Amino acid sequence: MTLRRKTLDWSGLAFTVGTGAATLLILLMLAIVLGNVIWNGAAQMSLRFIFGGTSEGMFDPQRAGIFPMIFGTVALVFLMTIGVVPVGVATAIYLNEYARKQSALTRVIRAAINNLAGVPSIVFGLFGLGFFVQFVGGGIDRLLFSGHLHYAKPALVWAAATMAALTLPVMIVATEEALRAVPHGLREASLALGATKLETVFKVVLPQALPGILTGAILAIGRGAGEVAPIMFTGVAYYLAHLPKGVTDQFMHLGYHVFVLSTQSPDIARTEPILFGTVLVLLVLTFLLNLSAVLVRAHLRAGRVAG
Amino acid sequence: MDEPIFQIRDLNFWYGKAQALYDVTVPIAPKRTTAFIGPSGCGKTTLLRCLNRMNDLIEHAHAEGEVTLHGQDIYAPTVDVVELRKRVGMVFQKSNPFPKSVFDNVAYGLRTQGVTKLGVLEDRVESSLRRAALWDEVKDRLDTNALGLSGGQQQRLCIARAIAVEPEVLLMDEPCSALDPIATAKIEELIQDLERFYTIIIVTHNMQQAARVSDFTAFFYLGKLIESGDTKRIFTNPAMKQTEDYITGRFG
Repeated sequence: MTLRRKTLDWSGLAFTVGTGAATLLILLMLAIVLGNVIWNGAAQMSLRFIFGGTSEGMFDPQRAGIFPMIFGTVALVFLMTIGVVPVGVATAIYLNEYARKQSALTRVIRAAINNLAGVPSIVFGLFGLGFFVQFVGGGIDRLLFSGHLHYAKPALVWAAATMAALTLPVMIVATEEALRAVPHGLREASLALGATKLETVFKVVLPQALPGILTGAILAIGRGAGEVAPIMFTGVAYYLAHLPKGVTDQFMHLGYHVFVLSTQSPDIARTEPILFGTVLVLLVLTFLLNLSAVLVRAHLRAGRVAG
Repeated sequence: MDEPIFQIRDLNFWYGKAQALYDVTVPIAPKRTTAFIGPSGCGKTTLLRCLNRMNDLIEHAHAEGEVTLHGQDIYAPTVDVVELRKRVGMVFQKSNPFPKSVFDNVAYGLRTQGVTKLGVLEDRVESSLRRAALWDEVKDRLDTNALGLSGGQQQRLCIARAIAVEPEVLLMDEPCSALDPIATAKIEELIQDLERFYTIIIVTHNMQQAARVSDFTAFFYLGKLIESGDTKRIFTNPAMKQTEDYITGRFG
């Protein structure tokens, strides 16, 4: 018997090359997309483009600004986060801390969450229109404004609510994972000291799970910031002369603006620089939203180990 | 033996359909140390966790029979489990300090009881840490994270945390099984000290440990109490053959 390798291991080599090539393909596609957007979008960048409004001509590369869209996107993501985090965390706490693991009800809830995650986003848009705008908004108008139109119309708040519903499964699943990662021994230690279940959840489990919960929020924001379909019927506008003054106003949105510029433009070739500029800003904004959440999480983690 | 603090009578316990305890009857003497010994899976930990109703956390588990603390049935529907656990503290097999400061760990139980005055908390934290023989090692680092302590220190911190709420009974579930011999010796010494203040029930796999620290010993096998009584007698003159076989190392 000899230890010397006799022939080349062809199947092993082929596998290594194959998996490597697949990875390279992904990186290449990402590089092409980013390179193209940055190359073409950078030329459009200027303070006037970022901080300017739409009133001077939405389709004129020399005069168009996209501040209303940036504002609308940030406001939407912010409101969505306010909506999705408490509901998602509460649901995850119920499922992981209170519900009986094997009961029929728990299984139905879990199945519902998984199915919700698979619903196409345009369906969420229609759901938002039917439920939030017409049913909830209409109900508020009938009850509080004797039928006058205040809430039963597409608005920032309904778009944010729809987006929150869309990102809810991501938030719940991530939070549940974070809760599950908290050692069972810590819960037992707390309960054995005469703490109630509520105290245990708030003083021991949630602080431990906070970085994981923030990961969930990051994922939700990442999902929400780029989605356009759910807000199409629920609040986004093609063109507005003013920034939204309140949550019941409509708003403009970077993603929707990309859609508008690529399908509704009077002269697609001429408005292409605005299109690339808008895409670049949307990418950078999504990146910044994610980055800030990642930094907050890193800060929390560091604080936990040291303090 | 004085009037028992805990009286366990005909206790049966099931995890789902699997029965873990069969008609266990054993009294627990106050301000003494009782050891539960027996091979793995004999039900000693299950019985221990029945005494502060920690088994309530396990789905589909249920107990039948009677466990009284000072004559009061702790499984009665009117019993407040939170109150019970304040009076019957527990130290776990795997040390489980909260990822908080040393001070916050010991103060945790007090704070849940509504103690907020810093002076009171400081006094109680210090006296608990002293009782747990940990004060000298941590007095300069009360505000550092407890997870930075050594394994033995963490376990003593868990003991300090448990006694800070001044329970009557301290349940210890193999508290030394993850510790080195030096840390183990410290904890054993501590148990002998604490006996003056608390009733201690300790589950252990280590026969020498049971012999060293306990006044009374109960030997379990396959969910049944085989024999219980004075530790000296159990170890020198066991009445049952199974007990003798176990303590002489013929099985288990």
